[in-house]
Amino acid sequence: MNGPYVPVVGLEVHAQLLTASKMFCGCSSRYSGAPPDTHCCAVCAGMPGALPVVNARAVELGLLTALALHCTVPRASKFDRKNYSYPDLPKGYQISQYDDPIGRGGFLDYRIGDRVIRWGITRVHLEEDTGKTTHTDVDGREVSLVDYNRSGVPLMEIVTDPEMRMPEEAREFVSALRQVLMYLGVNDGDLQAGSMRVDVNISLTGPNGERNPKVEVKNLNSLRALERSLAYEIERQGRLLAGGETVEQETRGWSEKEEKTVPQRTKEYAHDYRYFPEPDLPPLVIRQADLDRLTGTMPEMPMTRSGRFVSQYGLTPFHAQVLTRERPLADYFERAAAADRSVPPRIYANWITGDLMRLLGEEQRAAEEIPIPPENLAELLSLIETGEISGSAGKQVLDEMFTSGQAAHAIVERRQLRQVADSAALDTLTDEVLAANPGMVDQYRKGKTNVIQALVGQAMKSSQGRANPQVVRDLLERKLN
Amino acid sequence: MIDLTSLTLSGARGLLDRREISSVELTQAHLDRIDRLEPQLNAYIRVTGDIALAQAVRADEAMRRGEAGELAGIPMALKDILSTVGVPTTCGSRILENYVPQYNATVVDRLAASGAVVLGKTNMDEFAMGSSNENSAFGPVHNPWCLERVPGGSSGGSATAVASSEAVYALGTDTGGSIRQPAALTGTVGLKPTYGRVSRYGLVAFASSLDQIGPITRTVADAAAVLGVIAGPDPRDSTALNAPVPDYSAALTGDIRGLRVGIPREYFGDGLDSEVRVVVERAIEVLQSLGARAVPISLPSSEHALSTYYVISPAEAMANLARYDGVRYGLSLPGDDIWSMYALTREAGFGAEVKRRIILGTYVLSAGYYDAYYRKAQQVRTLVRRDFDAAFGEVDVIVGPTTPTPAFPIGAKVDDPLQMYLNDVYTVPINMAGITAVSVPAGLASGLPVGVQIIGRALDEETILRVGDAFERETGHNLLRPPMTAEVSA
Repeated sequence: MNGPYVPVVGLEVHAQLLTASKMFCGCSSRYSGAPPDTHCCAVCAGMPGALPVVNARAVELGLLTALALHCTVPRASKFDRKNYSYPDLPKGYQISQYDDPIGRGGFLDYRIGDRVIRWGITRVHLEEDTGKTTHTDVDGREVSLVDYNRSGVPLMEIVTDPEMRMPEEAREFVSALRQVLMYLGVNDGDLQAGSMRVDVNISLTGPNGERNPKVEVKNLNSLRALERSLAYEIERQGRLLAGGETVEQETRGWSEKEEKTVPQRTKEYAHDYRYFPEPDLPPLVIRQADLDRLTGTMPEMPMTRSGRFVSQYGLTPFHAQVLTRERPLADYFERAAAADRSVPPRIYANWITGDLMRLLGEEQRAAEEIPIPPENLAELLSLIETGEISGSAGKQVLDEMFTSGQAAHAIVERRQLRQVADSAALDTLTDEVLAANPGMVDQYRKGKTNVIQALVGQAMKSSQGRANPQVVRDLLERKLN
Repeated sequence: MIDLTSLTLSGARGLLDRREISSVELTQAHLDRIDRLEPQLNAYIRVTGDIALAQAVRADEAMRRGEAGELAGIPMALKDILSTVGVPTTCGSRILENYVPQYNATVVDRLAASGAVVLGKTNMDEFAMGSSNENSAFGPVHNPWCLERVPGGSSGGSATAVASSEAVYALGTDTGGSIRQPAALTGTVGLKPTYGRVSRYGLVAFASSLDQIGPITRTVADAAAVLGVIAGPDPRDSTALNAPVPDYSAALTGDIRGLRVGIPREYFGDGLDSEVRVVVERAIEVLQSLGARAVPISLPSSEHALSTYYVISPAEAMANLARYDGVRYGLSLPGDDIWSMYALTREAGFGAEVKRRIILGTYVLSAGYYDAYYRKAQQVRTLVRRDFDAAFGEVDVIVGPTTPTPAFPIGAKVDDPLQMYLNDVYTVPINMAGITAVSVPAGLASGLPVGVQIIGRALDEETILRVGDAFERETGHNLLRPPMTAEVSA
């Protein structure tokens, strides 16, 4: 595939923090969809004389992330100015963190199938987002427009160690990291909208360990784009090197349309950011008591939780992973399972990962928007488990619970779905089924006994799902033999 | 008939409180005087007479209702680097000639809450970079003691306005001496508070770790009164100190008996003008005669303070001035692309000294030079601070000259930046250490004012003001007024 070359991959993930206000001022950071420049003030528009004030919540969310990623958190951290000029950077410098980030030297464990991978985290730091530049036409004139709504939104950058990794491993890493950030409630995980952004650095190491120049790929707004662009670069760089050429150190972008990376159009300047400590902000003093408090609020991380679901509830690893992918779904499962312990946990897992997720998918709803209280699901599954209603009736009830929000017993009563297990009624029902299907009766008697399934189905159908399938089956078998 | 423009803040306060004069009368008298003197002085970039009179009317009403603050009705001037909503704030620069802030600096709000009357915005060296006021895009300011001489800088307009009675008091800013040096050269009192004592919010930044706002007045008591109003914590400035604001006026007891006054050897070296030396030495004798004890001390790192100041302050300035790019406000000259727009705008908008410091700041932070310059400068800064810490273990205040020479002729040093920079050799260490100092008139040398600098511990403005006030009461040097003032008002 890539011949004698081994890809070395490093990731830079930018994640907007889910704070109510911006990093250094009181403006709302929920600017999505707002008209341009309606979420800005003197501070985030870089007016002369305005001063930044650190958003304490943003620092907490950054620290929470650093702790979750097993980073070393220093006693004191500070902000620095990163100097460069662009119209969407109103101060002409970005307040960021250079040599004293809030976290360094951590790792993230994640799973691909049975394999657990540990990828090193170089650092976690806080900074501010820039405004947004749009190049467009106004009255036939080419113009660049800048919107400062995004300017100053709290941003966290997570930088991984460069490691020998394949594209799939990189994709799964970002997927796992995204899951962690969403579990922590620090980021919404929206790659498409850009509230989470991924840049990758990739170089190939030759057969004798020789390092080649690295290429940075930007604009990766999906996990697929990340994986495909890495695969493309490994192939492209491998081909260049195999042909005796060199790889140019450059920044490339991923073209979704062409399925390839292309050199960035922007002029490449040799950037010298001239970092120096931000004099407008005193150093951040991080107290052990604050870290302890944050650690106390930290939710169980997805991989740990998934393992616990297997050991504690006896779920299959597959179900455990599906349920823990999103924290609200895992929470839902546990609340439902706790509501009625007479129903085995795997039944809950089956129904949630099956019918409930299907319904969510159809309605394009997120896991936190499940309209059925977990206690109500527990009631429904209990009705099925105790044989009060059949499984197929249960599916109808679930559908209706999803749309109407009513409780299971109310729907069961109204639609008279309680299972008929009373033999007299079923005696008549099975007689009718046998009379109506002489062909199948004939086949059965000739030894094709699996037509019994179809006969049970007929009986269920004519009882509108209310007949107890096991009792029906027993009756049918008795009558046929 | 009393000359209303000769009043100090406390003098005017008494007359206003007793209803002997109105704020409107007082304000009008100052506006008239500004009209007469400005053609010669150029202390103001903009006079806001209508606003001042409207504020005076409101102050008179408030005083009638008995709701007046300490500064109510008293006309003053603001250095044109302090943001004023609706009034252009130029920083003495072409690039901000038409920039109108949408918000007030915290100090401006505090003055307004106290009922202050703002006469206008004073001239200054561009972005507070300079020691002579010759770097203003709006022309030099002339020293009222001798119109051919500079008033010092960068708060030269504020100092001149106060010295010439074009304002009762003014606010300036001090990054390396920009309040104290012009105060010394114009015979006024100039206080640089402890870094963080006064909020910098709305002060257009030159060097953020050094900038501080302070009063320029005609008496130490007035400086104490103004500081009491503008000082204090501010949630909008993270570097503003959370220390309570003492009653500075109450600290002016006149009693300095037993006080230990440090005399730093390094402040009386080769560069000091001999006449200035005599004046300052006499000032020290006065303090001794009042019961203070002179203690020889050494501040060995002082000699490196100036050169490190010219590493740190340009570095911060380079970043602080990056926002003047023609994109959002201020001067904007269209170019073929964004880069040429930046270049054209900044080429036309900034003066030579500002450009020099931007280049200097860019250089000292560049890859490969950071350790040799910026990091080294920060280390020296720590040494400067330790010098003062050690000294203040032995003494209560430190006294020396504010400047090496009295006011020099306009044009004498414009072609020699290094000579110009030496003006701040005695004031810069105080900013580097983040402590406080006040320059108080100490008499004349060849007819020109000389200032004595009283340096104090961080947040110990009370002691330096007490010393300055005692000195002033004993000598009356602050009562000397420039000769032209008498001529013009006659």
